[in-house]
Amino acid sequence: MRNLRFVLLGLMVAGATFAVARLIDNAYVFFAGYVVLQYVVLATSWNILGGYTGYVNFGTAAFFALGAYTTVVLHKTVPLLPLPAMMVVGGLISGTVGLGMGYLTLRLRGTFFSIATLAMAVVAQTLITNWNFVGGSRGAYIIRPANSPLFAGDYIEYLFVVMLVLAVISVSISRAIQHSRLGYGFSAIRDDEQAAEASGVPTLRLKLIATALSGGLMGMAGAPLPYYVTYLDPASGFSLSYAVNTIAMPLIGGTATWLGPVIGAILLGTLQQVATVTISSALSLLLVGLLLVGFVIAAPKGIVGWFKR
Amino acid sequence: MSDILLSVAGLGKRFGGFVALSDFDLHVKQGDRLGLIGPNGSGKSTLVNCLCGTLRNDTGQVTFSGQKLDGLSAHQRTRRGLSRSFQLPRPFPTLTLADNVRVPILYAADIKPDRFRANPRQRCEELLDMVGLLPKANRLPTDLTQIEMRKLELARAMASEPRLLIADEAMAGLSHQEVDDILALLMKLNAQGVTIIMIEHIMRAVLAFSQRLVVLVAGRKIADGNPTDVIRQPDVVAAYLGS
Repeated sequence: MRNLRFVLLGLMVAGATFAVARLIDNAYVFFAGYVVLQYVVLATSWNILGGYTGYVNFGTAAFFALGAYTTVVLHKTVPLLPLPAMMVVGGLISGTVGLGMGYLTLRLRGTFFSIATLAMAVVAQTLITNWNFVGGSRGAYIIRPANSPLFAGDYIEYLFVVMLVLAVISVSISRAIQHSRLGYGFSAIRDDEQAAEASGVPTLRLKLIATALSGGLMGMAGAPLPYYVTYLDPASGFSLSYAVNTIAMPLIGGTATWLGPVIGAILLGTLQQVATVTISSALSLLLVGLLLVGFVIAAPKGIVGWFKR
Repeated sequence: MSDILLSVAGLGKRFGGFVALSDFDLHVKQGDRLGLIGPNGSGKSTLVNCLCGTLRNDTGQVTFSGQKLDGLSAHQRTRRGLSRSFQLPRPFPTLTLADNVRVPILYAADIKPDRFRANPRQRCEELLDMVGLLPKANRLPTDLTQIEMRKLELARAMASEPRLLIADEAMAGLSHQEVDDILALLMKLNAQGVTIIMIEHIMRAVLAFSQRLVVLVAGRKIADGNPTDVIRQPDVVAAYLGS
């Protein structure tokens, strides 16, 4: 019941956000807002594995790009399939890859697990680069429809709404987990895996749930990307900046709760968008580095942890 | 034989060329208070880890309550009623004391009475009250003293509603009075029907607690019987004091 109330509240906030964005009457708000929301989803889904269970995943870009390339494949093979259906397929594929990756790598711990996830991203990028059907290294062009299929407005507004709904879904899932039996199990794994096992927690099964869920949501976040950028190549789809941003945002916001990644993504995502427009796009990544160093020194538990002191 | 709770036959474990445990047999009856002693490096911790599923034994088999445990993981064994406390307390540092106890209540559910599943909060409070930590239920383990940490460890082990509790050096590093406190707590748990294997170096506590004493030296059982008789056996004296 509490979760349902939270979802309804989230949808109301999402509706208000969309209304405000429309009132501003500037298409760039939707372009920039889409990226910020995409990072809300990515940071939230990263936090399910990295924050709740303590397994730091450097392979965000792989799951994200798998979702994006699933859309490319579906766009070419089933062009009439609606975007939400493509997102579900992208999520399922990324989730399955997450499950497989988890099964192969979750016996590793700490930095060894992180290195394995990074290696998986490199392997996935190499495979996509050599897959001609999705454009290989030269990339793929996607022509997006001019108008929204749901309401009178530009297609980018539709993408914004889709990402807004996905953000509400992923944040609701993350919050529900935090206050559930699953959340207690994840926390126990993060704190001491052997003690968790001794307490009856099925650690491997829970970690697989975390990798599948986290990977699936990342894939769903990546699925609309080809329609947003209209040109997708492996270098941009698998960009390391996705991994760096997605780790930095929960760390800045705080990894222990669902709220931390949301705050971190909104704060850092917005700052990056402002810096990209007003100063330079290269500076936006420098901003991430500086903020990360600052927060590690001043507030190692992130913004939420800082307020909880 | 029907009241045998734990049966260990021919248990062995090697680490490369080092034999940590060899051909170890043990039978523990329901409700027993068993003391297990041995010098450092004698294989006590290896035995606990093999019994609880943290390590896989190379040879032999473990039967608990008539069911073979071989091949089961640690969490599956806990769910069947075999619980342990760690030699060095290993609380979940980011969870409050109440949540530390709540984790096994939520997960080790297979043998738990329905009333505990229905109201985990009440069970948390009961367990923390039993060890005297209820006033600190919402604090983090980092705020605890050494004895409080030991008590939390026991409360968490008890939260999985075990039939057999292995208390691995639960009194190490404690003062005389604190040893008595833990001893009283273990006696209380045993009176409630929990079978207990106590691994300990403090002989005063071992003798006060144990109905039966097993001595392990260099991975082998050298004595098993009445505590007062066992500690007088020449090979036990030699193992502890040198021949």
